[in-house]
Amino acid sequence: MPPPPPPPSHLYIYPTTLHIVLNLIPITSISLSKHQIEMDIALNNTHKFLSKIATNDGHGENSPYFDGWKAYDTDPFHHETNPSGVIQMGLAENQLCFDLIQEWIGNHPEASICTPQGGFDFKEIALFQDYHGLPEFRSAIANFMSRVRGSRVEFDPDRIVMSGGATGAHETLAFCLANRGEAFLVPTPYYPGFDRDLKWRTGVELIPVVCESSNNFKVTLEALEDAYDKAKESNIKVKGLLITNPSNPLGTFYDKETLKTLVGFINEKNIHLVCDEIYAGTVTRENEFVSIAEVLEEFPTICDHNLIHIVYSLSKDMGFPGFRVGIIYSYNDMVVNIARKMSSFGLVSTQTQHMVASMLSENDFVDNFIKESRNRLAHRHNMFTRELAQVGIGSLESNAGLFFWMDLRRFLKEPTFESEMTFWRTIISEIKLNVSPGSSFHCNEPGWFRVCFANMDDATVMVALERIKSFVHETRMLEIKTMAKIKTKKQCWQNNLQLKLSSRRLEDIMSPQYSPLNSPMLRAQN
Amino acid sequence: MAIEIVQPSVELSKIALSETHGEDSPYFAGWKAYDENPYHELHNPSGVIQMGLAENQVSFDLLEEYLESNLESSNWGQKVSGFRENALFQDYHGLVSFRKAMASFMEEVRGGKAKFNPERIVLTAGATAANELLTFILANPGDALLVPTPYYPGFDRDLRWRTGVQIVPIHCESSNNFQITPEALEAAYDHARSMNIKVKGVLITNPSNPLGATIQRKVLEEILDFVTRKNIHLVSDEIYSGSAFYADEFVSIAEVLESRNYKDSERCHIVYSLSKDLGLPGFRVGTVYSYNDQVVTTARRMSSFTLISSQTQFLLASMLSDKEFTRKYIKINRERLKKRYEMIINGLKKAGIECLKGNAGLFCWMNLSPYLEEPTIESELAIWKTIMHEVRLNISPGSSCHCSEPGWFRVCFANMSEETLEVALSRIHEFITTRKQ
Repeated sequence: MPPPPPPPSHLYIYPTTLHIVLNLIPITSISLSKHQIEMDIALNNTHKFLSKIATNDGHGENSPYFDGWKAYDTDPFHHETNPSGVIQMGLAENQLCFDLIQEWIGNHPEASICTPQGGFDFKEIALFQDYHGLPEFRSAIANFMSRVRGSRVEFDPDRIVMSGGATGAHETLAFCLANRGEAFLVPTPYYPGFDRDLKWRTGVELIPVVCESSNNFKVTLEALEDAYDKAKESNIKVKGLLITNPSNPLGTFYDKETLKTLVGFINEKNIHLVCDEIYAGTVTRENEFVSIAEVLEEFPTICDHNLIHIVYSLSKDMGFPGFRVGIIYSYNDMVVNIARKMSSFGLVSTQTQHMVASMLSENDFVDNFIKESRNRLAHRHNMFTRELAQVGIGSLESNAGLFFWMDLRRFLKEPTFESEMTFWRTIISEIKLNVSPGSSFHCNEPGWFRVCFANMDDATVMVALERIKSFVHETRMLEIKTMAKIKTKKQCWQNNLQLKLSSRRLEDIMSPQYSPLNSPMLRAQN
Repeated sequence: MAIEIVQPSVELSKIALSETHGEDSPYFAGWKAYDENPYHELHNPSGVIQMGLAENQVSFDLLEEYLESNLESSNWGQKVSGFRENALFQDYHGLVSFRKAMASFMEEVRGGKAKFNPERIVLTAGATAANELLTFILANPGDALLVPTPYYPGFDRDLRWRTGVQIVPIHCESSNNFQITPEALEAAYDHARSMNIKVKGVLITNPSNPLGATIQRKVLEEILDFVTRKNIHLVSDEIYSGSAFYADEFVSIAEVLESRNYKDSERCHIVYSLSKDLGLPGFRVGTVYSYNDQVVTTARRMSSFTLISSQTQFLLASMLSDKEFTRKYIKINRERLKKRYEMIINGLKKAGIECLKGNAGLFCWMNLSPYLEEPTIESELAIWKTIMHEVRLNISPGSSCHCSEPGWFRVCFANMSEETLEVALSRIHEFITTRKQ
């Protein structure tokens, strides 16, 4: 008998709000169905029978981040069989370069242990369970990591530790660097998975470093100090700072000066710096990306190197999330040693190590792949942002990642997270796109959405764009009608904020470039 | 390899600094001795023979033969889109075909005497991860699991290190062949309670590592009654189920549950892996099979930290669902292991060494207590060091398995050729002969 599905969450409320609400409302004031009561009893019994970790919400799946996925799962878009289905734009996958990989696979049967050419390796590979990993695997990863950074820096294969994807890497580092109840600072907005990866089984806390749209969400020293002080006031010991560079969900990367500032900060506070560089290969303006490794190389005395750790994976740059190739690269010998022992809980299959070792040690292939991937991502990114700008939808300027950070603030009825959720539900149910609401990334300002663009083919891109544009067009037509109605009623709306907002939209609508008659889609069709 | 510990300027976590990773145990010290001087028939005939690693190398030819004749199903090469789909697949439910194949294989191993529902199979990267994951789900830090001694040294790390859970031993004695008794269960439980430790479950390994013997049905029933009475969990690590020499001598907890109509089954969970039965430790294929819906859901979520490579799932899905192949493999594998076992038992007997009567696994439980200077752990470790450095065999001392009686050793026999086993046996023979004089 399969496990029962999780109860449907009818309340699309930002997770912490939900928790607060549930704690404040006395049970008797809510009329519970018999089913609900039975479920509560069952849950109560479970609470005693299983651990706290097993019965809390630390798995993070009640976040709206995953609700959108569920909407997609129940009604997935397909060109032929389900053309009105939901298009998945909430999953940061890189599907643009599989043709290159498949070609390589076809030409290198020896990389597989199941072919006549590679089969003689089968036994040796199948038996190898040393947590150091195959030496050729580690060398290949070090080589790849270096080339992704334009060969500006080298990586030592002996510092490479395997993990169960970057998911496993983050959890392992949290286990190594912090005790239960201690904390990591994390700039907002951040990847929702961190709430599970860093906190769930480790008992470690995450403290947000609030970043604001007013300065393009850059991390400031003030924000860092502020977060650190808040932790101190709450008697929480901060053990490290976690940054994702390039950023998920922003798609931006840190400039050298900011990195140096961060390193200065952690060095002064004597806390760790974990740099998740999982999107390093998705930077479209290659020469401008600076890895923490480069900072250490250029300024070797800038900090105690024992504080610096990098998380990497092949899930984004290569598009191999299924192969679970996670990497911890630490400049701290002890951390390398301990993390390696912990890697027993999440080693990379030697079959995969073997294949990856072959593929990533071939420099011609690697260099070409990195170059092509960047170009295709840039092209896709530009297509989206350009088309959306034409209908007045802006996004944060970015040059990396498999997504962009879309600005839909002006579409919200009110600048609240509730409005954001309402609007998000509309996007899913009416526009049929699964995008991720900023609140699920702990963004401090409502109205931002992460939109993934690299996990679909060109035709689907066109459909997605078409849907967005149609929606914008319809919204404007509706507003024009509404405005017309209001005017004829001749009421005094001078102090009404709503009118002011609507007036602004009206101006936008009425200016020539946005006139429906001048719609780029119309032009394209002609 | 000695690690130069430079005092870190910022402290690492307590977990990182603790020794619960267990690598200072003699269990691992022996591996190091082997690594430094490994035996090789031609290049290093006087090197250390590895008998401390429970690997199954006796049936690889069968796997290789299968792959040769089933290229299409194990390679993406034939299907252009196959690679892409596989590389992208990261759903923690796992490939449906693979889960079905695992369920099917687990049934075959039990001769069809138990049924497994693919929906209850949760995939993890190895049994190491499965055991840790279950512990996180069943117990809070400070709580305890009861584990019969002697037990696999890796449990000290897997069950305790990052979870903060404790192991309280259920003492088993040679006088009744180390079988688990109701008295021993109660004693362990009471001991935990007397230390104010909350007991959350019992974890058994069946067939047992290091004993190399299956647990009798009667004992399984008693254990099940015990955990039901105490309202705690039962984890049955059945990683060696396919390595029982006689199919009908292995009884799975699944069979016992089935015979009870699954009453009280929500407290039962099975751990399995392909590392021993199929000899594929490198591929990291483990599974948690739980009769408890909540545990399945939670375990699945936790498996995000330790998923099996989709590439490996794909390869094995076709192999394990090929009933003709699995039936043949299981049968031949059992026969070969039995033959090896008999070879080592007879060889040791000739040298005057007795072993526990075993019927499963990749090792035998050797009794050297008559040869100890004194019936103490120190004497055991002394003779162990001698065997390692002079006889040049890496075997595992019973104390590293928390055996309550000194003098027992686990000796692996399936990770080498027959010729190497002969060499090992002759060395032991010589050693004992010399010692007697």
